[in-house]
Amino acid sequence: MSESSDALLEKLSNRDYQYGFVTDIDSDQAPPGLNEDIVRLISAKKEEPGWLLDWRLKALARFFELLEQDVEPTWANVDYPKINFQDIIYYSAPKQAEKIDSLDEVDPDLLATYEKLGISLTEQKRLHGIAVDAVFDSVSVATTFKAELEQQGIIFCSFSEAVGRCPELIQEYLGSVVPISDNFYATLNSAVFTDGSFAYIPKGVRCPMELSTYFRINAANTGQFERTLLIADEGSHVSYLEGCTAPMRDENQLHAAVVELVALDDAEIKYSTVQNWYPGDKNGVGGIYNFVTKRGACRGKRSKISWTQVETGSAITWKYPSCLLQGDDSVGEFYSVAMTNNLQQADTGTKMIHIGKRTKSTIISKGISIGRSQNTYRGLVRIQPGATGARNYSQCDSLLLGEECGAHTFPYLEVKNSSATVEHEATTSKIGEDQLFYCLQRGISEEDAISMIVNGFCKQVLRELPMEFAVEAQNLLGLSLEGSVG
Amino acid sequence: MGETPLLEIQGLRARAGDAEVLQGLDLIVQPGEVHAIMGPNGSGKSTLANVLAGRPSVEVTGGSVLYQGNDLTTLVPEDRAKEGIFLAFQYPVEIPGVANAYFMKAALNVARTHRGEPELDGMDFLEFAREKMKLVGFDEKLLNRGINEGFSGGEKKRNEILQMAILEPRLAILDETDSGLDIDALRVVADGVNALRSPERAAIVITHYQRLLEYVVPDFVHVLADGRIVRSGDRELALELEERGYAWLEDAPGETRAPL
Repeated sequence: MSESSDALLEKLSNRDYQYGFVTDIDSDQAPPGLNEDIVRLISAKKEEPGWLLDWRLKALARFFELLEQDVEPTWANVDYPKINFQDIIYYSAPKQAEKIDSLDEVDPDLLATYEKLGISLTEQKRLHGIAVDAVFDSVSVATTFKAELEQQGIIFCSFSEAVGRCPELIQEYLGSVVPISDNFYATLNSAVFTDGSFAYIPKGVRCPMELSTYFRINAANTGQFERTLLIADEGSHVSYLEGCTAPMRDENQLHAAVVELVALDDAEIKYSTVQNWYPGDKNGVGGIYNFVTKRGACRGKRSKISWTQVETGSAITWKYPSCLLQGDDSVGEFYSVAMTNNLQQADTGTKMIHIGKRTKSTIISKGISIGRSQNTYRGLVRIQPGATGARNYSQCDSLLLGEECGAHTFPYLEVKNSSATVEHEATTSKIGEDQLFYCLQRGISEEDAISMIVNGFCKQVLRELPMEFAVEAQNLLGLSLEGSVG
Repeated sequence: MGETPLLEIQGLRARAGDAEVLQGLDLIVQPGEVHAIMGPNGSGKSTLANVLAGRPSVEVTGGSVLYQGNDLTTLVPEDRAKEGIFLAFQYPVEIPGVANAYFMKAALNVARTHRGEPELDGMDFLEFAREKMKLVGFDEKLLNRGINEGFSGGEKKRNEILQMAILEPRLAILDETDSGLDIDALRVVADGVNALRSPERAAIVITHYQRLLEYVVPDFVHVLADGRIVRSGDRELALELEERGYAWLEDAPGETRAPL
């Protein structure tokens, strides 16, 4: 790389985090610490039924067992000081009228916050064709287009509201994909989860708009533990997006979410994430620990779950959106761009578990490492004995910008059925001097050239995003490109 | 005298890697002229092209290069491009995922902005590009592919000529664009250069073979050997080279240009 490229990398590394502001708003907070009282408090705040409180307490007991056994997972290729779970605030909610019937009652400071993040919740300026659930710290503050969706029988609301509205669905599906004892952070989440989004798409309905949740961490010293559950009934179709940001703070904050998806016969769920939690500063101070469990079950025949993620934020990302391909002929997809800069660490990938016959999965992972960051792809493809005729294609590409960053690939394959076809391709490349010079020679500035090359590298993934998000994702990648997607 | 040369190179020395490849090269290109540069492998032809385009891995160690009367060596590559210097690469790179059309539109709009002309939008660009594609026989399908992604050798070279036609440079440098081309593709390259010929533009055509010069008739032919121009002449020189090879020239005294 030429000297000017180094200067440019320096500039990329110093890029401001635009979403680092703090909203000054009164909040209703629980004291820090993890114990039964806190779990009871959360459950009471949300007016939950007894069975759900019991479920939480069971998870808490399990989590304490895990803490005692000191089995916090350490296998990921990330490095951070031990978390003290007693220092974290598990519930923080902006103070506002207890029950909100219309958006007009939402605190204007909150509306302004989302406005500043580019998410308009007010009636006149709502994003066209996208219904938004806005989650601020531990609670959902607003959901748009609820009434319109209800006309088609679609339920889209905060998780807490769903517990009251359709308890039978929650009881049937909560923990059915990610059980309480699944893993350390999923167990913690099951005990203390606060809010998140819920969606149910009835039989045969094609959801007429994108559903989305915008997560914002605002309060200091709090953790965010949301729980999202999407159920696509037979023959239904839904596309869901989530975005996330947080203020710049010197201390690390924990975000341990659980997302469960269920697709029944012939149903299709497309789940897209643009993750831009505060990544910490240039020297690795502060930033979010993003320890998330996301899993979808293709329960039905010919069902399909597709994960697309653009991960640019967080100090540490630990995340493997996965698919359980249970139904015959079901399809799982994972498209990922993970960009790490400065001292960020990402260990991300997917698990594709082929159980049904002729199940098919595709994995496309693009890792971009800049600065002194470490970027790891970790993926598992397992073909169970019954998965006759299963097929998988995996492609993992890494792009390095600069000399001090690292890219790592850990693909695991477990094939227990000889009729399966499994393909894996992996490449690691540097932005070539030749590619850069080619662009410069055509008059294109170095910054634009790098943007173009990076965007081109990610194209296979970016084109999977819904239009509205594709633009945001490109901007996030430090790129102001038009037209190169699609 | 009077007219400022488009390009004036004096005593140019340049290093590529460990070797000083150019060792005192002189060359003057006036607007409207086409210069052919020939010479054996390793004589410094590509290094000259890279010096002019500003490739970072080539270091100028002596002499001067004036472009339109100004020192060219202090300009970064993208500014040289904006000033109208175009290099058709010997080995065009692939840039996967970046659509050819998008790239060319971006490059054209940089040039247009620099010239004080309004940018072209997608529709206008396509219309403009279609004309040029006809000229170089470029398959429109390749426009939406990644830059040179999976192109054949000939397609890559046609892509270079298409970009040249679109950007309409003041000084075009073709670095062995004709090598490995069949006769049809060779004609395309020649047509591209000939279409650009005008009183204010010039071209430097680096080639191994006299063949191309049957279609692009140069005003001057120079022979480069050991980093210097050892012989200059007109088209006849190229024919002579083809007949006799380069060996007879290597000890001959150099002369850059017939006095005007």
